[in-house]
Amino acid sequence: MTKAFLSGNEAFAEGVRLARPQVISIYPITPQTTVVERLSEMVENSSLKSELIHVESEHSALSCAIGASAMGARTFTATSSQGLLYMAECLHYASGGRFPIVMMNANRSTALPWNIYGDQRDSLSQLDCGWIQVYVEDAQESLDMALQGYHIAESPLVSTPVMVNLDGFVLTHTYETVEIPNQTDADRFLPPFQTKNKMSLDNPKNLAFSVGPDNNMEFKYLQHKAMLDSKRIIEETDKKFAEIFGRGYGGLTQGYRLEDADYILITLGSITGLCREVVDELRQNGEMVGLLKIRFLRPFPDEDLAAALGSVKAIGVLEKDISFGYEGTVYTNVNSVIAKNGLRLETYNFIAGLGGRDISRENIRAMFRHLQTGGQHVNFIGLGVSIDE
Amino acid sequence: MSKPYLRPYQKPQKLSDYPLGTASEAGYLVTKNCGWRNERPIIMDECINCLQCYLYCPDGVIFKTKSGLDIDYDFCKGCGICEKICPKQAIKMEVE
Ligand code: SF4
Ligand code: SF4
Repeated sequence: MTKAFLSGNEAFAEGVRLARPQVISIYPITPQTTVVERLSEMVENSSLKSELIHVESEHSALSCAIGASAMGARTFTATSSQGLLYMAECLHYASGGRFPIVMMNANRSTALPWNIYGDQRDSLSQLDCGWIQVYVEDAQESLDMALQGYHIAESPLVSTPVMVNLDGFVLTHTYETVEIPNQTDADRFLPPFQTKNKMSLDNPKNLAFSVGPDNNMEFKYLQHKAMLDSKRIIEETDKKFAEIFGRGYGGLTQGYRLEDADYILITLGSITGLCREVVDELRQNGEMVGLLKIRFLRPFPDEDLAAALGSVKAIGVLEKDISFGYEGTVYTNVNSVIAKNGLRLETYNFIAGLGGRDISRENIRAMFRHLQTGGQHVNFIGLGVSIDE
Repeated sequence: MSKPYLRPYQKPQKLSDYPLGTASEAGYLVTKNCGWRNERPIIMDECINCLQCYLYCPDGVIFKTKSGLDIDYDFCKGCGICEKICPKQAIKMEVE
């Protein structure tokens, strides 16, 4: 194990290096670029033995990864924002073909207006594409989830691609001290990829057959089942990771000061750190507040949420997303757990950070105040103008 | 050229009978594709074997036999392009 001062992207690249992918297909896009730059340097200086393929678009990047994965290779690609949306067609091909590709997505706002800063509207708009989606909080978790991502995706029970989401700039481009595991431990954690779902020169096949209405639904059911089964594999993967590397993340969600909490803020990604500090501050004042970080949005942690929210008065969902014409998508998902489990609590949605708008400590304090006093259900935080026209 | 043929196929009984991925031997046909046809083309004696229909059929279902041409009705969609292209009006479309 060594320590290094790395950005989120650089930490992720170290995780990919330790996972030893045989094929990496790359196309740069801000703020993802430095992860593929770092990987190409690693291939150049032979610290990573991999076929690095420079392609002409994101659509090609994922298509290339699909082709390589169909030959049984461990593959990696990365993207962001418009790039992810350009891949949209291939996202479904990868999940339907059951190819355990790991992809890093640098969460970034979507055009128009054009903007390169962070929000989560890119990946949340792709929630139904059949990929496992995890949102990480810091550079260490980025590195660790590159490794865990392959472990989850390649589990024979899962065989589903994994998208690891890092908040653009605030995580991809900020620096922290990161522990880099040694290769022996990484190999112990992640054995080489083996699958029967592959072609070879001895066994040539056609890729991507058609299935008509009489059998198609069964294939879709199997994808759904694999995603549900992945919940167990995600927990087991985190336990195994903790045994080898001495740190874990708690699986699908991670709670903070949930004991006796009446008011809970639900978060996603890098904003969680600041929210945790505000929880500490308010707890010192005797306020019964807590925090629940959703790590995996697919599969959705419905059991974890139902268990954590059983005796709570109000919750707020903080997300960098809006599904225009309704509310934040994470909020919709959380509310469905509450309805299905007959929980009696108030729920609020805090839409913040769109297009890279800062979310301040005072904003978060105000969210907790809102949970206690009640008010509007869907709230835009930090709008620079009045909306009471 | 040998063309793919329809193979016998047993519908899976259990989920575990389904394959994991969606890759298989090339040209492995297990299902017909002609359910939407409402007129079928018939090649008649006026045929001079010019092969225009064979070339234009968008589904490649007109094939050569020792004596002339035949149509694979399992995959003919009944579009009538062969009828239109035939210089001798040797193909007629018959209501199914
Ligand atoms: S009707 Fe259409 S599909 Fe059928 S043989 Fe003629 S051209 Fe081919
Ligand atoms: S186009 Fe008409 S004449 Fe020519 S081969 Fe076909 S059926 Fe015969």
